[in-house]
Formats: sequence, structure tokens, C-alpha cells
Amino acid sequence: MTDMLQNFKKSILVSIWFVFLTFPLMVVRVNTMNQVVVWRWTNLVWVAIGSFVLSYLWRYMLARQQVRKKVADEGGEIRSKTQLLLEDMSFRYKAMGIILLAALVFPLVFDTYQSTIMISALIYVVLGLGLNITVGLAGLLDLGYVAFFGVGAYSYALLNHHFDLGFWISLPIGGFLGCLFGVLLGFPILRLRGDYLAIVTLGFGMIFKVVMENWDSLSFGPSGIANIDKPGFFGIDLNLANSTIYIYYIMIGMVIFTILVTTRLRNSRIGRAWIAMREDEIACVAMGIDIARTKLSAYALGAFWAGMVGVLFASKTTFINPASFTFMESAIILSIVVLGGMGSILGVIIGAFFLILLPEYMRAFSEYRMLAFGAAMVLMMIFRPQGIISNLRQTYEYKGSKEKINNG
Amino acid sequence: MAENKHKLLEVKRLTMDFGGLRAVDSVTLEVYEGDIAALIGPNGAGKTTFFNCITGIYNPTKGDILLHPKGLKTRRLNGLKPNKVTEMGLARTFQNIRLFPDMTVLENVMIGRHCRTNSGIFRAIVRGRGVREEEQQIIESSYQLLEKVGLAKFANEFSKNLPYGAQRRLEIARAMATEPFLLLLDEPAAGMNPQETTDLEQLICKISAEGEMAILLIEHDMKLVMNISNSIYVMEYGKKIAEGAPREIKDNPKVIEAYLGEETDA
Amino acid sequence: MEYFLELFFGGLTRGSIYALIALGYTMVYGIIQLINFAHGEIYMIGAFVALIVAGVCTIYGLSGVSILILAGIIAVIYASAYGYTLEKIAYRPLRGAPRLSPLISAIGMSIFLQNYVLLAQTSDFLPFPRLIPDFAFMEPVAHIIGSPELVILVTTFITMILLTLLIKKTRVGKAMRATQQDMNMARLVGINVDRIISLTFVIGSALAAIGGVLVASYIGQVNFYIGFLAGVKAFTAAVLGGIGSIPGAVLGGLVLGWAESFAAGYISSAYEDVFTFGLLVVILILRPAGILGKASKQKV
Repeated sequence: MTDMLQNFKKSILVSIWFVFLTFPLMVVRVNTMNQVVVWRWTNLVWVAIGSFVLSYLWRYMLARQQVRKKVADEGGEIRSKTQLLLEDMSFRYKAMGIILLAALVFPLVFDTYQSTIMISALIYVVLGLGLNITVGLAGLLDLGYVAFFGVGAYSYALLNHHFDLGFWISLPIGGFLGCLFGVLLGFPILRLRGDYLAIVTLGFGMIFKVVMENWDSLSFGPSGIANIDKPGFFGIDLNLANSTIYIYYIMIGMVIFTILVTTRLRNSRIGRAWIAMREDEIACVAMGIDIARTKLSAYALGAFWAGMVGVLFASKTTFINPASFTFMESAIILSIVVLGGMGSILGVIIGAFFLILLPEYMRAFSEYRMLAFGAAMVLMMIFRPQGIISNLRQTYEYKGSKEKINNG
Repeated sequence: MAENKHKLLEVKRLTMDFGGLRAVDSVTLEVYEGDIAALIGPNGAGKTTFFNCITGIYNPTKGDILLHPKGLKTRRLNGLKPNKVTEMGLARTFQNIRLFPDMTVLENVMIGRHCRTNSGIFRAIVRGRGVREEEQQIIESSYQLLEKVGLAKFANEFSKNLPYGAQRRLEIARAMATEPFLLLLDEPAAGMNPQETTDLEQLICKISAEGEMAILLIEHDMKLVMNISNSIYVMEYGKKIAEGAPREIKDNPKVIEAYLGEETDA
Repeated sequence: MEYFLELFFGGLTRGSIYALIALGYTMVYGIIQLINFAHGEIYMIGAFVALIVAGVCTIYGLSGVSILILAGIIAVIYASAYGYTLEKIAYRPLRGAPRLSPLISAIGMSIFLQNYVLLAQTSDFLPFPRLIPDFAFMEPVAHIIGSPELVILVTTFITMILLTLLIKKTRVGKAMRATQQDMNMARLVGINVDRIISLTFVIGSALAAIGGVLVASYIGQVNFYIGFLAGVKAFTAAVLGGIGSIPGAVLGGLVLGWAESFAAGYISSAYEDVFTFGLLVVILILRPAGILGKASKQKV
């Protein structure tokens, strides 16, 4: 009984505190241009009720988190049913087959508009998987990832504009240039620790945008580059609907390619080195792993995908300008990786669909999109730091794994 | 010490300064083939700093660290990066366990194989036969090491879920995976209960008996040190104050003085 | 020469604002080794609250320096309250988590606060009422340094002195320094570490709000996005000076202010931000610990 009263009192206090906190920004709207003040008192009521309810939820979630931590500390491992299911290979193959089939018939069933949305979601899947190498596997926070995307997009736009190069030739060039910039960025910051890295990469992202805005002779400044060619289809001109479907299939191919390569990398000698570096850099170097080379490869391979998908982005929109490559884009890609589950390929794919499609289909809430992203990043870190799909355990087959059970 | 044994590690007058503080002061130490050498001394004597200098984490101020691999040229280790030192054939464990917590036990050992294997990025993507064979070989040899240290049944567990003593043994297995000829153990028995310590003692003897690697260890557990090591070096305030066989060390007045006030199980 | 002096004082003014914000970064980093990414947003909220107070007052017919002071005080109170709440919600539950977690939480909070202000207010730039009069005694030098600049310099100077006194002379300051040196030891000798951390956020936020009000009244407009760039630059200043070091933050702020001012004045103003980050990268490569920072050896 006293417990309930205590909770009630706490929530009332929280509610009062937030009413105080949000008062000037939520209630008063002053327009110093036209000299008018609007008082929005109803907002006050919403804040009061909202924070009262949320404070209960907050405490409940924190308490649950505590219990879970305790169990984990005592060595008890909590593996959910989904995790076990996902570790089952035959289930995985079946699921992949169904998803692939659905993906292939999608543009035939739905209209051009839906396909366009799906293309942008798939672009973010590739971006997410690329950043997942740098952030998720290697643990190097990169806040300027969008710059590599921009490098790819601009390289196709410029090659197309000046030399009339086609999409298919530019695709590997874009990827390669992304790689190159990844290495260029990686070199000076090899020695930096996590937090410094974040700020320097953020700086690089902003430098890219500023340079593109001002270097008119190269990039045509803020007005951007228009009339970029769409991908060619054996020299046949496609109408809008067909070319969208064509790009959709290219994108599906690219996603499959990305998944294949990143999975193989993850389960290779290099991938293990990345993860080990993320887990403990000193132990990693003491095991004979060259940190500099491992870091550079993580940057380069992460940037590769951004560069490549940048080419596709430019060919899809046929117009690019620096405004497409802001910090917010980097933040969205980062939240895809964080929410999906750092290091988890499946998680990142789900995260990308979730974060890109949800605001698309819930237009009414689209202005709250970034607000929700921000809040989700905080809440995920507190309540589910491992993301939607947490680190799946990699199991290996070895000789005599059966015999041992009897002896051990 | 027997003259006919091959000298593996030779540290000459090693000195390490941190600003004005001299953490290691002109320490000379030698490890021979087949040795189990121990480095002991009170807390803060500079033992771990000494290890960090040898393994390349610190660059020593003065002195020489020479490695004499059998049948190969002598190498000076000063200033080499830790990963190079490991490649030369020196591997270590850490005083405060540094495993890769979100990797499985087997994967932890597989990381140790990294510097002895060589498939690169493109070969990993193509995943041809050579790579797959190498992978399988990494898995098998890592698993054998796990069997050796008695952790085979935990192979697919996350290493963070292992009990404490097992984590220490896993660190040893991981270090052994790099195929060293000299294994450096930094307080391997710290925090272990008597049973775990006994198991560890047997493990170290077994590794040594197989004859592939010599062992240099830092340890506070005097009983363990006296039982297994054949030569002991004692440090205090950064300086080496004694060296010799266990029996000589036990009766050395300087050592007794250094440990006065501290509990000695010996 | 006159142009040089103009750039010099312009850089000094700008630098002192960077220093005010950088102090918040450095103090928080010194204690919990976290880049408080949302610090720039606290600065923006400070500026916005001041705009609202000053705006309401001018619309109801009040004006003058006293309004600026009132707006400043309310802004400081609110920014501190936001800083305090921010720490409690987004960082405290993550103490002891891997280092990337609080950093991502901080980035999330930064995005959240930006959009909160955007949705609650507007995306437009709002003009900030002119409240600093032109002082008559400044007339002869007005082409080099104006009255608003003078106000900024004097205010910053006084604030820094008060902060130094707080940290060097008071009990609380001593507890803060102790916590910075060794959190566990501080806890053992009976310092309430949680309170000290909260207090650090409150002080840092208050300083940022002072910076916000000064900038808003100097530049004359406010928008939800101003905190982001200011935050990044102030962080650069903190790193430049040596993160964790309070005199370092001030020095870093001034160096950055001058570098930007001279580079923009003599080379090109379009690439101003490029210079900032170029400087950051160069410093981090040559001297990762910053100008006044101490190189820390990681314990193995």
C-alpha cells in the first residue's frame, strides 16, 4: 500500500517537473517577426498526463532490466525462442526462400509508387549493412558515413555528365572510390579512440558537404547535377514504370550480393579479427592481429557499399545535390544499425525496413519521425542494447564433437 | 643453470621510466628452453610493467630484449608492436582477464590462430577450397587446444558466461593458439580457489612437459611457484633483488625481508 | 592593421563563446569520459528560452538590458534543468555499460531535443530582439569592436572567474576535482558521486545557456538547428585544448575562434567549417591529448 503511494507520489513529482521543464517551449509560442504570442495551455495537460504515465512505465522497465541483469550475472543465459529458431539453419533457409520469392513478385503485384518506396528501403538496407561492418563488427563509430554515399553518387553523376559513362561501368568505380575515401579517412584517425573517432568522422561528413556546396567548378554547387542517366537496359528506352521495376530488381540483386559478401566476411578470419578488435583492442593486438590493417579494412569495406549504392541512388533520382548528404542521413543509417542490432546482419535488414517503411506508411506521423528515431536510440541503449536481433551465436562443426559428450 | 640448454629470451638491463618514476630498473633475466621461470615480488614491484615491455605494449626506456628462436636469427624486440612480438613467438595472458566476451569460447581460441593463417579479404569473399580447408583446420586445432585445457565442453558458449577459473584457462589456450615458444602468464592463479589452482598447476606442468614452449610467469601464490618453477627471479621496487632455484630463493635473506609483513605461504 | 584588429576581436568574441560551451563538454568528459553530444542542444534550448522570454517581454512593451538579464537568468535555470534531466534519463542508467552505448544515447538525445524544439516551436529563424544598446564610450573604436562584443567578452570573463573560484575554493569544487581524479575513491571517502555528476551537468548547461543568450542577442536570430554546429565546434575546441582540462577548454576555444576568424577573413569564408575540422584532425594526429592535456597510459 505504501509502495503504491510512494510510486504515485514519485510520478506526480515527475509530472510536475516535466510541466515546468516543457512550459516555455510547449506552451508559449512567440513570433518575434509579427509580434504575436500564442499560449497553448492544452499542451500543458498533455505533458502532465503523458509524463505521469511514462514515469510508471519507465520504472517498470528499469526494474525488469535489473532482474535480467542479475540473472545474467549469475551465469544464467537467457536465450529467447526467436534466437534459438534463428540459430536453426534449416529454418533460416526456408525463411530466406519465402522472403526471396515475395521480393521477386513484389513489383508485379504492387504499383510503381510502392516499388519506389521499396527501392529506397533497399538502399538503406545496403547502407545499413555497410555501416554494420564499420560500427557493428569492428566497433568503430562512424558519424560521417553519408559522405561515402555522396562520393558514390557524385562519382556517377560526374562521370555520366562529363564522359557519358554508363551505370554498369560506374557501379564498381563508385564502390572503389568509396573504398578509397574510406582508407583516406582511416589513415589519419587510426590512433584515435572511440569518442574522438566519432567527432572526426562527423567532421569529415560535414567537410564533404561543405566542399560539394562550394566547389562549383567540380560539383555545380548547391544547385546540384540533373539529368543523370537511369541504368541502361541493353540500349532499350524504358518508360517510368518499367525502369522503376528494373531498378528494383537491380537493387534486389545488390542486396543479395551485399548479404552474401558481408556474411562471408563476418565468418572469415578478417571478420573475427574485426569482432575481436571491437571486444578488446589490447587483447586483440596481443594475439598478433595488426590493428592498423584491421581498422583500415573495416573502413574501406564499410565505405565500399555506400559508394556503390550511391551510384544507384544517383541513377534512381536522376538528380543529386549536397542537401541529400546531411548528418541526419548518417544518423538514420546509424540508428538502423543500432536498432537492428550491432553486428547482426538480419537485425540490420529488419531495422532498415522498420525505420524507412514505417514513416512512409504512417504519413500522419512522418513529422515525428526524427523525434522517434532519437528517442528510440536512447531507449534501445538503455533497455535493449543488443538491438532487435541480438548477437547470434556462431557454432562450428569439429571432429569428435559427439564423442566428447560421453566423456566430458 | 644447465649450460647445454638453448637460451630463448635474454633481457639485458631493462629500464622503464614513467615521467620521473622508474618502474623497472635495470632488470636482467634469461629464460631457457624447457624452463618454467617465475617472476615474483610484492605488489607494485614492476612485474607487470616488465611483461608489458617485453610484449611491446610499452617501449622500454633502456636495455635490450633479445629473442633467440631456435634455428633462426636473434631478434631485438625493443619498440616492436605487440602483434609483431606475438608473431615472433611470444604470447601472453593478462592479469585482469581480457577475453572477447561476446565471442564463443572456440572463437576466442580461433583468434589466436589469426597470425598463423593468411587468407585475405578477397579470398574470404570467394571462399574457395583453400580458404575452407584453412577455416576447418583453424577450427580443429582450436578445438584440440580447448581439449587440452579442459574446456572442450564449453566450446560454443559465450566466453563471458564461463566461470572465473575457466576464463583464465581459456586465456592460456588462446595464447597457445598463436604457437609461441615462450608463454608469458601474468598471475594465472589470481582469484582462483585451491582446487582451481591445483588444476592450473597440472595444466602448466603438462604444457611444459610437452616441450614446445617455455613458460615465464608472474605469480603471488608461493606454493604454486615453488612447486612448478625451476628458476625464480625476485623483484622489488623495480629492481631485481634475487634469482636462483626455488630452494635458494626460499632461504635468501633479501627475499625474506622484501616479503616481511606480507604473508608467505612458503 | 585595422582589419587585423577587427578579425582579432571578432575571433576573440567567437572564441570566448566556444570556450563557454567547451567547458561543459570538458567538465562532463573529465568526470564520466562521455562526449555529451546533446550539449549543443542545451545551448540551443538556452538561447530559445531566452528568445521566448525576451520576445514576450518586448511584445508586452518592456525593453532594455534588464530584460536581457532576466531572459539570461531564466535561460540559465531552464538549461540547467534540461541538463540535469538529460543526465538522469539518458546517461545514468548506462553507467558501466560499454563505452559506445552512452555515446549513441547522447546522439539520440541530441536528435530528440532538436526535433522537440522544431515541433514545439518552428523551423524558421526567429529574430532576437536587440537589447544591447550602443554604448557612447565605445564609439571611437566601434569599427573594430562593437558594444555587443564588449558585453560578450566581459560576461565571459566574469563567468570564467566565478567558475574558477567555484572549482578551486569551494567544498563542492574540491569534491568535483576528487571525483574527476578517481570516482571510486571519491565514493569511498564519502562523496556523493551521483550528486557531483548531476552538478557537473547543471554547471556545464548553465555555462552553455549563457553562451546561447549572448550569441542569440549578438547574431540576432535563433533556430532549432544552431546547437548542432556550435556543439561540434565547441567540442573541437575542448579537444584542441585537451579534453578534461578546464584551462584547456578556454585556450582551445580562443585558438579556434581566432583560427576561424583569420581563415575566414584572409582566405575564404565559404570553407570556414573545413578549417575547423582540418585543425581538429591535424591536432589529433600530432598531439592526441590536446594542447594542455596529459597523455594517458591505458592500464593493462
